Amino acid sequence: MTLHARAVVLLLTVGVATAQTTTTSASKDNSVYAELAKAPTKAAARRNPLDTDPDAVAAGGKLFALHCAECHGDMALGGKKGPSLRAAEVQQSTPGALFWLLSNGVVRRGMPVWSKLPEPQRWQLVSFIKSLTPAAQPNANAEKAPHP
Amino acid sequence: MLFIRFQIQSPFARLFSFGLLALALLSLSLPAQAQESPYIVTYDHYLEEPGNLEVEHFSTFGTQRGGNDFHAFWAEFEYGATAWWTTELYLDGQTTFSDSTIFTGFRLENRFRLLQREHFINPVVYIEYEQTGGADKILKEVEGHDVESDYAGPNGLSRREHDHELEFKLLLSKTFKGWNIAQNTIATKNLTGGNPWEFGYAIGASRPLALKASAQRCSFCPENFIAGVEMYGGLGDRYSFGLHDTSHYLAPVMAWNLPSDWTLRLSPGFGLNDNSHHFLLRWGVSREFSGFGAAISRLFGARL
Repeated sequence: MTLHARAVVLLLTVGVATAQTTTTSASKDNSVYAELAKAPTKAAARRNPLDTDPDAVAAGGKLFALHCAECHGDMALGGKKGPSLRAAEVQQSTPGALFWLLSNGVVRRGMPVWSKLPEPQRWQLVSFIKSLTPAAQPNANAEKAPHP
Repeated sequence: MLFIRFQIQSPFARLFSFGLLALALLSLSLPAQAQESPYIVTYDHYLEEPGNLEVEHFSTFGTQRGGNDFHAFWAEFEYGATAWWTTELYLDGQTTFSDSTIFTGFRLENRFRLLQREHFINPVVYIEYEQTGGADKILKEVEGHDVESDYAGPNGLSRREHDHELEFKLLLSKTFKGWNIAQNTIATKNLTGGNPWEFGYAIGASRPLALKASAQRCSFCPENFIAGVEMYGGLGDRYSFGLHDTSHYLAPVMAWNLPSDWTLRLSPGFGLNDNSHHFLLRWGVSREFSGFGAAISRLFGARL
């Protein structure tokens, strides 16, 4: 490996570490919930077509464990990278607003776009999130996320 | 403290050191499930989740007229630096049957998402630097006047050619009613010699076999399988743009996203004209690890 190539690899490594630190610290900001209010009126008014599907919550729970728990915590109480989904801001949002946020992500804050999941799966996730018991202290766990 | 001694001269020893370092860091990460696309050549607009590392191995078996058939392979280390930036390292190699097995080069790739939210079409810019040899046969993309006979030479001869290339792609992609449609436009500049800009394309369409997830954790649920098709080929160069003296391929693709965090991909590809390899069989295996970025940060003393 040439000296130039080594320098590129070292720069990439440092860049990766810096980007990771930036992403993580940004997610501890309470204003992450403000993005939900940006859902267009039409999108926020959409109803969950799987409201009456008896399997939607269970399937959403499975999808949550696979794709979301890594950042939002196994119990959706918030983690090192993502806020609590039991917070009042989330639980009081309309299903349409949650679906809109899932589909569009909050890219600048580290929340990926999840439109790669088909629409029915995103609605199953919304069903699961809305089925969660609201936390007594919204976002308490996200704020108290332990340092390893 | 882990030190890497760059004085090691053998390429295999260097690869071994890199592998040890990667394994050490992966041991600090957790497996993570992702919904991986089935494409092998085409890119859609979805980037790696931030902080996650996806380790992938791909193989291509190719038939070769006027030479020996080959098995080309590459390893990919794909890291989500942020939700809008994915960076990736490729290590390429190949075995030409009745000839030899050689390491053929590396590529550094970056993809940047241009728009914050989903739109009717979602653009991503792709920038890659590659330092490969003339013996590189992974056919990760086809561009310019790449044709089958370019790959017929013996390794001892073709490995003497060294390429330093910059490659740019505009990735356009859209997912609608479960279908993903992706189109890539490729422009490549070989920095060695006076080669002109070369162009190529890749297009793909894919869909999961089921759109709703089942309530149970399962390996064989239809939503775990994504099937599709991709087509790719060259478009000539700056001085002779078009389809003459170019090669093109059509390839069905299939991905199987296992709940055990592994993804398997399979794609038989067929040459569409006389300049193309008759048959390319590609397969890949990958696994995604979460928390890799945090492990790197801790290595540099950051408290997360």
